[in-house]
Amino acid sequence: MTPLVLLDNVSRAFQGIPAVLPLTLAIPEGKTTVLVGPSGSGKSTLLRMMVGLVQPDTGRVLFEGRPLTPERAPAERRRMGLVLQGGGLFPHLSAEDNAGLVARYLGWDRPRIAARLQALLERVQLPATVLGRYPAELSGGQRQRVSLLRALMLEPALLLLDEPLGALDPITRSELQEDLRATFHALGTTVVLVTHDLGEAAYLGDTLVLLREGRVVQSGTAEDLVRRPAEAFVERFVRAQRALLV
Amino acid sequence: MSLGTSVALGLLLAQPVQVGSKVFTESVVLGEVATRTLAASGIAAAHRRELGGTRILWDALQRGELDVYPEYTGTLAEEIFAGKVPATLDALRPALASRGVHIAAVLGFADSYALGMKLATAERLGIRRISDLQAHPQLRFAYSNEFLDRADGWRALQRAYALPQTDVRGMDHDLAYRGLTAGAFEVTDLYSTDAEVQLLGLRVLEDDRHHFPDYQAVLLLRQAAATPPVLAALARLDGRISAGDMVAMNARAKVDRVPEATVAADFLRTQGIQTGTPALPGRARRLLGYLRDHLLLVGVSLAGAILVGLPLGILAARRRRLGQAVLAAVGVLQTLPSLALLVLMIPLLGIGARPAIAALFLYGLLPVVRNTHAGLTGISAELQEAAEALGVSRFERLWRIELPLASPSILAGIQTSAVICVGTATLGALVGAGGFGQPILTGIRLDNVGLLLEGAVPAALLALVVQGLFEWLGRLVVPRGLRLLRTP
Repeated sequence: MTPLVLLDNVSRAFQGIPAVLPLTLAIPEGKTTVLVGPSGSGKSTLLRMMVGLVQPDTGRVLFEGRPLTPERAPAERRRMGLVLQGGGLFPHLSAEDNAGLVARYLGWDRPRIAARLQALLERVQLPATVLGRYPAELSGGQRQRVSLLRALMLEPALLLLDEPLGALDPITRSELQEDLRATFHALGTTVVLVTHDLGEAAYLGDTLVLLREGRVVQSGTAEDLVRRPAEAFVERFVRAQRALLV
Repeated sequence: MSLGTSVALGLLLAQPVQVGSKVFTESVVLGEVATRTLAASGIAAAHRRELGGTRILWDALQRGELDVYPEYTGTLAEEIFAGKVPATLDALRPALASRGVHIAAVLGFADSYALGMKLATAERLGIRRISDLQAHPQLRFAYSNEFLDRADGWRALQRAYALPQTDVRGMDHDLAYRGLTAGAFEVTDLYSTDAEVQLLGLRVLEDDRHHFPDYQAVLLLRQAAATPPVLAALARLDGRISAGDMVAMNARAKVDRVPEATVAADFLRTQGIQTGTPALPGRARRLLGYLRDHLLLVGVSLAGAILVGLPLGILAARRRRLGQAVLAAVGVLQTLPSLALLVLMIPLLGIGARPAIAALFLYGLLPVVRNTHAGLTGISAELQEAAEALGVSRFERLWRIELPLASPSILAGIQTSAVICVGTATLGALVGAGGFGQPILTGIRLDNVGLLLEGAVPAALLALVVQGLFEWLGRLVVPRGLRLLRTP
């Protein structure tokens, strides 16, 4: 099966400092792939390449088998949903307007937008009263749920999440982890999630891609990483996370 | 007469004759005299008063924005012809004709440098002429600093008359009058038609060796506007104003604070030219007129600054290199003294509201451009990414997301610009743009604090009103979600 996204021999440096060394990575359709690794491992850069926010210096990005060029990126982005660490909600728009922005741009009528919002509210576990509020009036967890709602609005083929739970307290975080997993399974969408938390990666991901200093160290299931570490770094990374979880 | 010529003549007649005056009292009075004399002959005329200095008026005359203004032969020779033409009427007439200007009337007095003494002292010592001073070496002199420095000033005068006095000091012109009355010295320099000559009872000593250049007052007329009726009307003033008349008129305007229009009308009546009683607008009418002019200046220039500044600020935020250049350029405009910017506009746009609007527009540009740029570049990296990831057009992104996010900063920039414009517009009166600067200018000229405040207080109030208006506008324009952020 052709992967939904293929990063084909891509690399990228920022101001001469390499963030991603030449690597090839396939994102399989309908699965949740988690990019995991310490800070500076290049996981966020890879995620941004998939949505066209960062252009690779070498290689190319294929989305559904076609190159994601800067010209094609804006249209393709409407088939992707992005959730950022802080939520990335626009403070001047209510939750409803944040979520409905692109749908309105595409000419959806009001009833259609309202129906879609209603359906998604349940999916992301939000009360309808939240829709009229502004981001400043929402809690951190509510903001991430609205952000997820916005990302799902157009039924994206690809859902991208960059450290979506990084800024939340442990309880809110664990609640959202459960809801995210339920959502991923219910929708069957292709998901790419970035985190530095191996426990979260294991809980949410079908495939884990462990990165270090711009290289893929090992990819496979959580079990593969724990039981069959490819190198000493994998063991160290696993041990460090376990210590936190105990 | 062809149809074309008659239409042209009709237009010419419909357009009132434009009379100008400089920013000192004598010139304003003479402007009134000329305007009222034309009107008395049935010719529509408008007085554009207090238009700055010689250059501004002469250039306006050359461009056809003014038709008539009072000038002095010495000034023409020195400032317009740079000393290459002698200050005599015979020499000036052909030189002026080559520039399309005609001397329509030689008014009959000269306003030149002169020496003056208290009448009582002069009587006691029997001094009438400057040469009489030779016999009194003990007399003390105090001169304005300018007179001490000028090529035709004290040193030249001393040589020409072989004056023996040694007690000579420099002093401010206005202070010199006080020193003279207090008896600190006996002789000072003055302008022969200064109001103080009458006010303080001074004797102007006769320049019997004709040392001082001739500053005969004349009315200049643009030849293109020199129709027979206009020529005939202005010729009625030829030789009609004596030095004594002028001193008396200056004193009435400056010391008694009689409006120039009334001074002129009263004088013309003594000369058998009936101009009726000038209709002087009441204070409320006057203020309303200033307000209208002022709002026009500020409104048009501010609208221009927004229309140009906003796109420039957006462009500057989009392209970093170009942005730096744009910000530097509008920054330089802001560092130019506003008065200089205003005067620089005159050769391009003439006198009146247009140069003032252009200068205010350029002046108001920086706050709008800078704050638009700052507002857009200040959007957090995450929100910029989130906006880009939406996959909508650049315009949609700008319109729905970036500009609303930058709106508090942009509005603050426009507010700054508006307040600067309201204040700076008071200088517009110097180039004939009217507004609250007009009474300020007149107030300074006449040393009349009441008049000065009539412009300064409303201008300050207007700035406050504009400030408040923008606070209120902020509540309408800045999205609610952003205001929540600012008051957590």
